[in-house]
Amino acid sequence: MDKKIITFPQLANYHIPIEFLLTNLVECDVLKSPPITQKTIELGSKHSPEFVCMPFKYNLGNFIESLDLGTNVLLQAGGGCRYGYYAEVQKQILKDLGYKFEFYSITETDKIAIISVYKTLKSLNPKLKFFKYLYYLIITFKMIHYMDKIDIYIRKNIGFEVIPDSFDKLLLEMLDDFKNTTGLFHLNKLYRIYLSRFKKLEINKPNKNLKIGVIGELYTLMEPFSNYDLEKMLAKMNVEVSRYTNVTYLIITKRFNNKKMLKICNKYCKYPIGADGMDNIASAISLALEGYDGLIHIKPFGCTPEIGAMHILNKVSEDYKIPIIYFTFDNQTSIEGIKTRLEAFYDMIKMRRSK
Amino acid sequence: MMRECWLGIDVGSISTKGVIIDENNKIIATSYLWTEGNPMEAVKKVINNLEQKLLEKNSVVVGVGVTGSARKLIGSMVGANMIRNEITAHAIGTLSLFPNVKTILEIGGQDSKIIILEDGVVVDYAMNTLCAAGTGSFLSSQAKRLGVRVEDFGDIALKSDNPARIAARCTVFAESDLVHKTQAGYKKAEIIAGLCDSVVNNYLNNVARGKKIIPPIVFQGGVSKNKGVIRSFEKILNEKVHVDELGHLMGALGIAILSRKTQLKEPFSFNITNEKFETKGHECSNCPNRCEIVGIYKNKELIDVWGNRCEKGVNS
Repeated sequence: MDKKIITFPQLANYHIPIEFLLTNLVECDVLKSPPITQKTIELGSKHSPEFVCMPFKYNLGNFIESLDLGTNVLLQAGGGCRYGYYAEVQKQILKDLGYKFEFYSITETDKIAIISVYKTLKSLNPKLKFFKYLYYLIITFKMIHYMDKIDIYIRKNIGFEVIPDSFDKLLLEMLDDFKNTTGLFHLNKLYRIYLSRFKKLEINKPNKNLKIGVIGELYTLMEPFSNYDLEKMLAKMNVEVSRYTNVTYLIITKRFNNKKMLKICNKYCKYPIGADGMDNIASAISLALEGYDGLIHIKPFGCTPEIGAMHILNKVSEDYKIPIIYFTFDNQTSIEGIKTRLEAFYDMIKMRRSK
Repeated sequence: MMRECWLGIDVGSISTKGVIIDENNKIIATSYLWTEGNPMEAVKKVINNLEQKLLEKNSVVVGVGVTGSARKLIGSMVGANMIRNEITAHAIGTLSLFPNVKTILEIGGQDSKIIILEDGVVVDYAMNTLCAAGTGSFLSSQAKRLGVRVEDFGDIALKSDNPARIAARCTVFAESDLVHKTQAGYKKAEIIAGLCDSVVNNYLNNVARGKKIIPPIVFQGGVSKNKGVIRSFEKILNEKVHVDELGHLMGALGIAILSRKTQLKEPFSFNITNEKFETKGHECSNCPNRCEIVGIYKNKELIDVWGNRCEKGVNS
């Protein structure tokens, strides 16, 4: 085989830490898949089973576009729902399409086992030492954690920025610098610098602004292309947005929070209902108690855990008197329909607030 | 002294509605026409129509609001000071006539919605998401199949006390049920009454699923003109359903009120109907997103662009 070129599916800006980890640990080129566009989802849908959930189609589209650019090593993760089968099925589909590649699935079970990731990376770089791996893994986690913290600040404040695009521009600058991190101390320093720069950005935030929480399935929540930049639309309406789901939450916090979450929603569900269904119910309750004005629940078409959660969320909405709007995304959803419903939702929570 | 008034336009898929209100939200002129697939022409006609009705009233329009599915296009065309979704517009319009309303049922040409209110505030709403099943366009296509004018539907339905059972879930199944019932010898009135029931059941199962329908209930939209559907609603909900003569104008009324509330006053010129408006659409080729960009031109001059996901598309 020629020189190995490795790639992985896209998810928001998380390609930066992943690329960082791989370039430092693996002896092959890393090529991030091209940015998601309409073509990505068209390619993905064309070769996917029709009723598979939408993230599968995006991931497959990413792989096809990357393979066409000459990559030959693919990395995929897995999770606690159909996500767990993505790797196997995608591997087979791509093989049937005639592509030649090596395929590694990073998480064989629901838990990210540090050892199994090490083994996977070791097979790509036999000389990899465990301590070097551990060191870079920590930096990567830290980077993800910092990105998520900054994102939380952005979501809360971008709706009130005075200079248009000032938040987005600074974020791009920060991500560019994160790419070239030299070590743990450097990263910590960068984070401190950028956090204070973000805090210095001028905002015009009224005392009692409207607050909306977004909950739902992880991919559609985190990948802006798949939800038609929902969070940006909300920012344009001068709304403060909160979302618990991010990668830090999914790989770290979730592990320690399970009992707490179950306690919060024990009136509604006694055991986890698959993937993040239970977490979202608990988040909904927490956000309602924190005084949020409304919740937006989003999921890809056919997402079973979230369909289960929706019925319970209806009850939460009634009991806690918090309006919830549901969006289902697929590869063909008219943005006008979403805009209309979102605008009506905004009008509604504004009217409720003034009551 | 000229009296100030406000114009509200509701451009739906099937019909275009216009109302003019005074400073007390009282309607002083109305117009109601078919959109016929050409919202810009329809709006021009509605505006012309309203201008004639306004002639002797010594009034001047100082603000325009636009709602309905073509609100963006028409909003740029007429220079509206208020462009808002139809859900909000309907709620505001209805509240001005029925301050105590708790539930608004609305079935239009291609969409249907339910709005739940508490103390004059919208607290919940839903809109059909899947398809146009159980809306006006379904009724009119079935009317054609049965060789009946859709306007006569209600009266015919009322003649039957024994509605035929017709599937409510999906129009495709409803249609095959309908064919089957006609071939099995059911009377036209029974089938039409059955269709009315099916529209109501479809609406309650899909749009209004999980919502508590509390009286006073107001029923609006083009389909509210159909007496058969009103009867089916009352029968199935077991509640009185109010239908206002102006029910079809609620969106236009609401948006006119919202326009008045903006306080932005600018005299509106009825000359707009003589201007030449054009839209040009093209697919942006700057990236694989291939955004469908639409520009609207007034006398060959670009006044608005939309459809682009990024800035690249604007100048192309």
